[in-house]
Amino acid sequence: MAIFLNKDSKVIVQGMTGATGMKHTKLMLADGTNIVGGVNPRKAGTSVDIDGTEIPVFGTVAEAIEKTGANVSVLFVPPAFAKAAVVEAIDAEIPLAVVITEGIAVHDSAAFYAYAVSQGNKTRIIGPNCPGLITPGQSNAGIIPGDITKPGRIGLVSKSGTLTYQMMYELRDIGFSSAVGIGGDPVIGTTHIDALAAFEADPDTDLIVMIGEIGGDAEERAAAFIKENVTKPVVGYVAGFTAPEGKTMGHAGAIVSGSSGTAAAKKEALEAAGVKVGKTPTETAKLARELLAG
Amino acid sequence: MDLFEYQARDLFAKHDVPVLAGEVIDTPEAARAATERLGGKSVVKAQVKVGGRGKAGGVKLAATPDEAVARATDILGMDIKGHTVHKVMIAETAPEILEEYYVSFLLDRANRTFLSIASVEGGVEIEEVAASRPEAVAKTPIDANEGVTEEKAREIVAAAKFPAEVADKVVNVLVTLWKTFIEEDALLVEVNPLAKVASGDVIALDGKVSLDENAEFRQPEHEALQDKAAANPLEAAAKEKNLNYVKLDGEVGIIGNGAGLVMSTLDVVAYAGEAHGGVKPANFLDIGGGASAAVMANGLEIILGDPDVKSVFVNVFGGITACDEVANGIVQALKLLEDRGEDVTKPLVVRLDGNNAELGRQILSDANHPLVQRVDTMDGAADKAAELAAAK
Repeated sequence: MAIFLNKDSKVIVQGMTGATGMKHTKLMLADGTNIVGGVNPRKAGTSVDIDGTEIPVFGTVAEAIEKTGANVSVLFVPPAFAKAAVVEAIDAEIPLAVVITEGIAVHDSAAFYAYAVSQGNKTRIIGPNCPGLITPGQSNAGIIPGDITKPGRIGLVSKSGTLTYQMMYELRDIGFSSAVGIGGDPVIGTTHIDALAAFEADPDTDLIVMIGEIGGDAEERAAAFIKENVTKPVVGYVAGFTAPEGKTMGHAGAIVSGSSGTAAAKKEALEAAGVKVGKTPTETAKLARELLAG
Repeated sequence: MDLFEYQARDLFAKHDVPVLAGEVIDTPEAARAATERLGGKSVVKAQVKVGGRGKAGGVKLAATPDEAVARATDILGMDIKGHTVHKVMIAETAPEILEEYYVSFLLDRANRTFLSIASVEGGVEIEEVAASRPEAVAKTPIDANEGVTEEKAREIVAAAKFPAEVADKVVNVLVTLWKTFIEEDALLVEVNPLAKVASGDVIALDGKVSLDENAEFRQPEHEALQDKAAANPLEAAAKEKNLNYVKLDGEVGIIGNGAGLVMSTLDVVAYAGEAHGGVKPANFLDIGGGASAAVMANGLEIILGDPDVKSVFVNVFGGITACDEVANGIVQALKLLEDRGEDVTKPLVVRLDGNNAELGRQILSDANHPLVQRVDTMDGAADKAAELAAAK
């Protein structure tokens, strides 16, 4: 089963023909992802040979869907053009758009998110500023290294890319159903809550690891959601206890403003919802192991 | 990026939000000419990015140009809640104020949309009004694609119960303020107070603006708004090199890849430090995914140039980037710094995990650099780095 992405996913890449797009298309293919095309209006009708696989390039997302039945798009489009590319994906009604791009202006993210909602939420957006998602052994849509871990029964949702990798590595012997990097921007398309709900409903997931960080109140709202709706065990980790007020810590959304958005408040909210929260990534992995062992 | 009041005033003026005249100066003597240009009297306002200036004595009336010089002398150099005043705005004196309102537009992260906040009870902190009299604060969601039309502005005016006689003027303020918000890629535009004055006009007397740094690619004028003087010199040097660096007040220098992992590294070092005399992380530095030797060298140079740093913790998880490349980067970076004649004497603890970790660790072992210690777990390496910092 897994969430959002599986072996039947047909993936196109918007921005495939750029350097980053090519590099990661190659890696996604190596992980077994069914990549059915790329999108670039200036190279429509051509194809790209990636390690012996011919990938056709289409002029538009709509055309790619029509010709291939694609149902996932991964976007490596530069910030200045990202909004138009996401809007195009929404107009083509692709079910899943994974926006890897970092550095998108928040007015653009707010606009394409509002547009997706106004068009009836037919497109789930993951990101922006995220590593994408992986269902090990089945498909990889984004830049998460495919060889860290194997298929298993842990579901992972995280704002941070490298902490996703770290956690997958810590628990690599157990394996993951799916790991979803939702991104570190102030406005993101898929939240912790969306992923928690999907993992709760996924029969292949036994335990959920949720990684948060300073900024906003997504973790607090996720805690309230867990309390009401999640029956599976959840283990949490929050980064940024030592972050000073008013400073952006790498991710555009990672900022403590006044007394809001602190790691301490998030940890407290999660613990109040019955989530075990680790002090370090390693301790968090240990908590997950203990819960799985019963 | 938060702006000073005078910068907010300038942006408001650019987008036709009604404001009073004002100019910024940084020497007392300049207050004289500025006040003369305003007809001989002015308000001298400290420019600091913190609230409560008035109470701290940072806003004074000057009835003559001489008095303006005296007030500017008092205020320049003043400390307001830890912020030194380097600039003052010489502003036109406000006509008699009859009423004070509040209006703002901001990014509402929780609802992933924009929000208008408006109240006829302005002039004080809006959080206080919201806490004591929530019914006096009107919050109206704004669709990012529809924006604030005149119709939407009238809806806000009605929701906040603005008096009928100022309705049209407040609508104009809202429409122009929204224009400022959109055209400047702002995260916040706030007017407080928005004053109704004796003439019946409605004027933005004070304002706050915060801009989205991710939008700099299409806002070339925003770079000039940065407060370079206030930036920490190490932060400024790091920014020159396109490094994502934040100076903190501890002793353990931190370099890592990925914002989340680096934030986590700071926390893990702070926990480990509790057992070593309370040493703490000295900085946040994310060198990103493809840590090349040159980037690693630039990062190390910044960290080693920080006199507060006693030890350095390099924490890298090889994702797409292989750890052998990272290890080579560290070795080359140290050589590069030594060749440049940099003083490389602080101990480095390096933890490599993930893709090709064994190869990377082997490279570090083979290089056998006297300052580099390998510790293969994140918690263990943090403990070692804290111990070394405490021992110095």
